[in-house]
Amino acid sequence: MQTQRFDIQGASCQGCVRKIRQALDPVAGVDDVQVDLDAQQVTVTGTPDSADVQAALAKAGYAAEDKQQTAPSSPASTDQEQQLAITGATCAACVRTIENALRNTPGVTQAQMNFADRTARVSGSADSQALIDAVEKAGYGASPLDDSDDGNAREEQEQQHYRRLLRHMWLGLGLGVPLMAWGLLGGDMMVRPGEASQWVWLGIGLLTLAVLATAGRHFFVGAWKAFRNHNANMDTLIALGTGAAWLYSMAVVLIPAALPEAARHVYFEASAMIIGLINLGQALEVRARGKTSAAVKRLLDLGAKTARVVRDGKEQDIPVDQVQTDDILRVRPGEKIAVDGIVEEGESRLDESMLTGEPMPVSKSAGDTVSAGTLNEGGTLLYRATAVGKDTALSRIVALVKKAQGSKPPIGRLADDVSAVFVPTIMLIAVVAALAWFNLGPEPRITHMLISATTVLIIACPCALGLATPMSIMVGVGKAAEHGILIREGDALQTSSKLDTIVLDKTGTITEGKPALTEILCAEGQQEDTLLQLAASLESGSEHPLARAIVEAAEQRELTPDRADNFQALNGKGVSATLDGKQYRLGNRRWLESEGITVSLNSDSLTERGATPLFLAEDNSLLGILGVADRIKEDSREAIARLKDQGLTVVMITGDIQASADAIAKQVGVDQVMAEVLPEDKAKKVQSLQEEGRIVAMVGDGINDAPALAQADVGFAIGTGTDVAIESAAITLMGGSLHGVADAMAISSATVRNIKQNLFGAFIYNSLGVPVAAGVLYPLTGSLLSPVIAGAAMSLSSVTVVSNANRLRLFKTQRDKR
Amino acid sequence: MTLLINLAGLLLMVGIVWWFWLSKSTTQSQPVSDQGTTIVVADGVYNPATLRARAGETLTLHFDRQDPSPCAEQVVFHGLDVSEFLETGTITTVTLNNPPAGEYRFTCQMQMYQGRLIVS
Repeated sequence: MQTQRFDIQGASCQGCVRKIRQALDPVAGVDDVQVDLDAQQVTVTGTPDSADVQAALAKAGYAAEDKQQTAPSSPASTDQEQQLAITGATCAACVRTIENALRNTPGVTQAQMNFADRTARVSGSADSQALIDAVEKAGYGASPLDDSDDGNAREEQEQQHYRRLLRHMWLGLGLGVPLMAWGLLGGDMMVRPGEASQWVWLGIGLLTLAVLATAGRHFFVGAWKAFRNHNANMDTLIALGTGAAWLYSMAVVLIPAALPEAARHVYFEASAMIIGLINLGQALEVRARGKTSAAVKRLLDLGAKTARVVRDGKEQDIPVDQVQTDDILRVRPGEKIAVDGIVEEGESRLDESMLTGEPMPVSKSAGDTVSAGTLNEGGTLLYRATAVGKDTALSRIVALVKKAQGSKPPIGRLADDVSAVFVPTIMLIAVVAALAWFNLGPEPRITHMLISATTVLIIACPCALGLATPMSIMVGVGKAAEHGILIREGDALQTSSKLDTIVLDKTGTITEGKPALTEILCAEGQQEDTLLQLAASLESGSEHPLARAIVEAAEQRELTPDRADNFQALNGKGVSATLDGKQYRLGNRRWLESEGITVSLNSDSLTERGATPLFLAEDNSLLGILGVADRIKEDSREAIARLKDQGLTVVMITGDIQASADAIAKQVGVDQVMAEVLPEDKAKKVQSLQEEGRIVAMVGDGINDAPALAQADVGFAIGTGTDVAIESAAITLMGGSLHGVADAMAISSATVRNIKQNLFGAFIYNSLGVPVAAGVLYPLTGSLLSPVIAGAAMSLSSVTVVSNANRLRLFKTQRDKR
Repeated sequence: MTLLINLAGLLLMVGIVWWFWLSKSTTQSQPVSDQGTTIVVADGVYNPATLRARAGETLTLHFDRQDPSPCAEQVVFHGLDVSEFLETGTITTVTLNNPPAGEYRFTCQMQMYQGRLIVS
């Protein structure tokens, strides 16, 4: 038994499905036929000959093609590429129809449609009008696409929505305000049977219906659709509230005699006012919401739209999504790097602040990596693409931030549970309130029933509750991303605000992670540059990190190493070589002393500062000592002080021997040192701190420290945008500074505080508002809350939540404050 | 009359509980096809709102957001740690990699849009 798939065309309904089954059933070997209308595909189970199946399908009028035959042709045949915006495509089947229509156009070599963004990319010599005609003939719409229109179109759509809401607000308030004013100024809101006013109220009732049907239409449509799905949402509450007020008023107008005289009051103004006010609230919310996602929009805008690619010696600008890995690209001054890559040629400085938060431009030359979205300030660079599209660091960051913005810390989950059952519960409360007024309340009972139920429905605001956490997270995570702090999950935000101990890996976290020459001690009569040149000549053949530090230092001082002979590297001792007939040795003290060289210089000052001393000897006499150390980052000390100010115990963890660990610890001012810890034991050390009851953060470079980062309550990967780091740590700092850790913790605390304010506000609002609306204050005040006031309060409550979350945008990091 | 109104109120309450909670699990669900299923986001509901899928498969969901109000701007899959921003006027594809068997809610941020994904 086997299955085969065949593409079909033109099958659109169950009738087609039947026809296809009838056509295929008689084909020899066919056991079962499944038709997927969405995918325009037939799956045949059994052992039929594929040619027979195709013939049967063709005969039935659904021109079938074997799947392989429809595979797009090679992109090599491209001579011109065009993009079209497609309209009217609603399902996957449309994609195939449109692609086929385009492919059948003379001159087209390849056509592919992206269903996700409804664009089609067409290669070949066909002109755009022919393509548009072909798509239109197939029953869809098409227009040439200009990339830069995307953002503007989105904004235009938002604007349109905003203007529509305002129009609806004016409609509602235009009728509601005069009516309410009439009532407040002593006008008669009662219906008196047989009087002319009854006819006037009937007219006003119909006008109100018109407002409900236009300005309030979306609430009613939404409520009905949700109801059919066994769901209830905010629309349900508004539709029920305003609908009940209108129906009651209409009943008063049409059959006043059926109600007690005191209950013949109309509430058309409430329906119209509520619709107007809630539209106003939504309009304000649209405005405020636009700002909450500003950070992601800014990140998205960082990406370059086009890239200048060098192919076959010619340079051309192409859309950035057509760049392939290993393409050579040119970036000129003032342009953005289009994709991630490695510099092949040229020198320049790149502003990477958008990714790392580091304000200083970074020098780039051949061999250095460059990241998409960073800005080229100085010269021209030629670079080779290493990651394109979704694989660039920028795209991954955007994806990560978007994902984190949708996650929720535990604190928000209670609100989630409440939100899920909120609306039906409010409906129950409204009925209970109405029954209570009917059975226990004073006259006019019917009126009180209506007002209390309507007001309960209108005042309850599920939005404020639902928005409380996500809005703050969205702004907080976005704000952090702007400063090069990537928060991977909502949980990390909450835990970060509760930390009491922070473990810092020494190498690469407190220090640069790269040994460098720090000091040269000369024997009498010797010059620093001479010693450095000699040392570099000895080390130029070595790959040891200490050797590289010496060679780099010599290069910085523009010293050229001489060619040494008889080079020998002695593991754990040092190197020796001959130069101009003399033997030179560079290595540790013990080795030189064992070779009979008297070490007359004192190296204690170097070890005290955490440097490794390298002794240089010419034949049997010592020339000097070179101190090589992993330099402490400039701002480590200050950042550690900040962490301590935030009430944290700062622990340094390192594989170094106790003495040099202590030396570094003293310089940067940590509280506790864990020295001589093997990389694989770091996680255990973190665990032992946790067992003491501490809430521990671990900061490391994310590569060797992955297990420790994962063990910690919150892992911070520092100074790197590598996959390993991002995957293993809850929070990734794109920049290298430890200030990022302090900033991340400050941002987390601010966000969690903001969430708490929002949740508190939303819970208090609802738990006070609903009972007041139900009338618990009636014994004190002698009146019920007006549904109009409930409408105003409700429309303001979600705006308040969004605006409070927006306050987080004002958060300033240490660097901003300076 | 009093009895009638009280009875009506009680029936209404029973109706609310039954319709929004008890009978929810019997709503019709739509299987997620291999090519992906398009979910229209409009008028406060996801359509289809209940999806069915087999465990161990990668699910592709195409969200077609037609509602411009900010409520609809994000879809969150609870329990799967997946969320996506939806643009209006375009289709946003959400891919779920092998979700384990279980029932997952997918909602907008405020949980006004509500859907269910049943993986079995």
